[in-house]
Amino acid sequence: MDNRRLSVAREDVQDDRMKTFIFKGEGHTLGNALRTIILKNSNVIFCGYTIPHPSENKLHLRIETKNIPAVDALREGLEQLQNLSDHILKTFEGAVNEYKQNQMEV
Amino acid sequence: MSKSNIKYSSSKDFIDESRNELVLTEFEVLNAEATDFPGNHHGYDDTWSFEKFKKKLKIKIVRIDNMEMEFDLIGVDPAIPNAFRRILLSDIPTMAFDKVFMFNNTSIIQDEVLAHRLGLIPLKADPRMFEFRAADDDVGTKEDTLEFELKVKCTWNPERNLKEHINPEHMYRDFRVLTSNLKWIPMGNQNSSHTSESVGPVDDKILIAKMRPGHELDIKLHAVKGTGRDHAKFSPVATAFYRLLPQVKLLKEVEGEAAQRLQQCFSPGVIDLIESDHGKKVAKVNDARYDICSRNVFRHEDLKEDTVKLTRARDHFIFYIESTGALTPEVLFTEAAKILSQKCRLFLDELKSGL
Repeated sequence: MDNRRLSVAREDVQDDRMKTFIFKGEGHTLGNALRTIILKNSNVIFCGYTIPHPSENKLHLRIETKNIPAVDALREGLEQLQNLSDHILKTFEGAVNEYKQNQMEV
Repeated sequence: MSKSNIKYSSSKDFIDESRNELVLTEFEVLNAEATDFPGNHHGYDDTWSFEKFKKKLKIKIVRIDNMEMEFDLIGVDPAIPNAFRRILLSDIPTMAFDKVFMFNNTSIIQDEVLAHRLGLIPLKADPRMFEFRAADDDVGTKEDTLEFELKVKCTWNPERNLKEHINPEHMYRDFRVLTSNLKWIPMGNQNSSHTSESVGPVDDKILIAKMRPGHELDIKLHAVKGTGRDHAKFSPVATAFYRLLPQVKLLKEVEGEAAQRLQQCFSPGVIDLIESDHGKKVAKVNDARYDICSRNVFRHEDLKEDTVKLTRARDHFIFYIESTGALTPEVLFTEAAKILSQKCRLFLDELKSGL
């Protein structure tokens, strides 16, 4: 249980559509990228992130949605970000190979 | 709203510009914040679609050599290149000296300062071939540690003559301790998978200390795997940064002396002077890519109104990676992309097993 890095913040109002997720050991790197991509979901009303205290290695990501559970928006965002970075990797490797081939010919 | 005097033919032009270009005016930069989210602009579809992204994304390599590369990353949100930049700086591991066992140090450089200097020496060892070492481990194994030895003793040159007494090269032997003095000691069968050429310092001529006769160093070092998040010495890049593509548009013809002044306002090669039909020099934009975006034009009263428009493309990132030598820059970027993907997968797996 202790090595889990993702949890949900406790809140007074229980609503699946509004949740704050706590990422242990993450920061602006994942936070900002994830926030941007979740905001592109038209079901999402609000998404924002904060690092509550600089000496605590934690990221708080809040999602509020229209009609889907906030967890689903988070899952979708993570999947989209993963696909995006895999695609960038593929495109980059292709571009590097092409560049190196051109260099060889010259 | 904005203090600029830029005129738009329609509100659509205005919105298009705010979505595509950063405008540099005399005293402010317009459109700095991203607004392309669903619901913000009527008539635009900003919802995320992987197919749309695939079509938009372009990567163009400009140059690659062993230590540096420059490439264009086109069609992404600023958060993405920034994530890659941050991963390059602090999440990709490299090997660096982390434990220094000082048996003898009679040089004038103090133990802790010397240890710190040694830590900063970039090593060629490929971090992907090693494991992270446990924090409480002082011994290390062949999977997670590279052992080095630094034994140097400075002596008088027996053939010295006093006429040349101000020339240390002539007077002393081994008075400069360089990275070439570091000797790799293979642990276990490390010999079979590594050579001292493949794990040693990136450069042989890095000065570690200067000594005088009688001074001596006898040191054992352990290089371990770590990330820049823990200590900057583990960072695999000297720098990794990006900037937006600058664009310069001339709105009217500038000729003669004014054209020359205009050329002076930009980096070399940005503005060309072309001979016109009636024998006057006319300014023409050649290539704005390497402009430093100084906004010097706005210091000239006659050039600042309706003459040039300085903008930067919002989604065109010129990305630079300067490696420290352990991994080549193109490998560094692929590693960064893999790490971002891994981060996502890790949390997706946790979501799968329920919160």
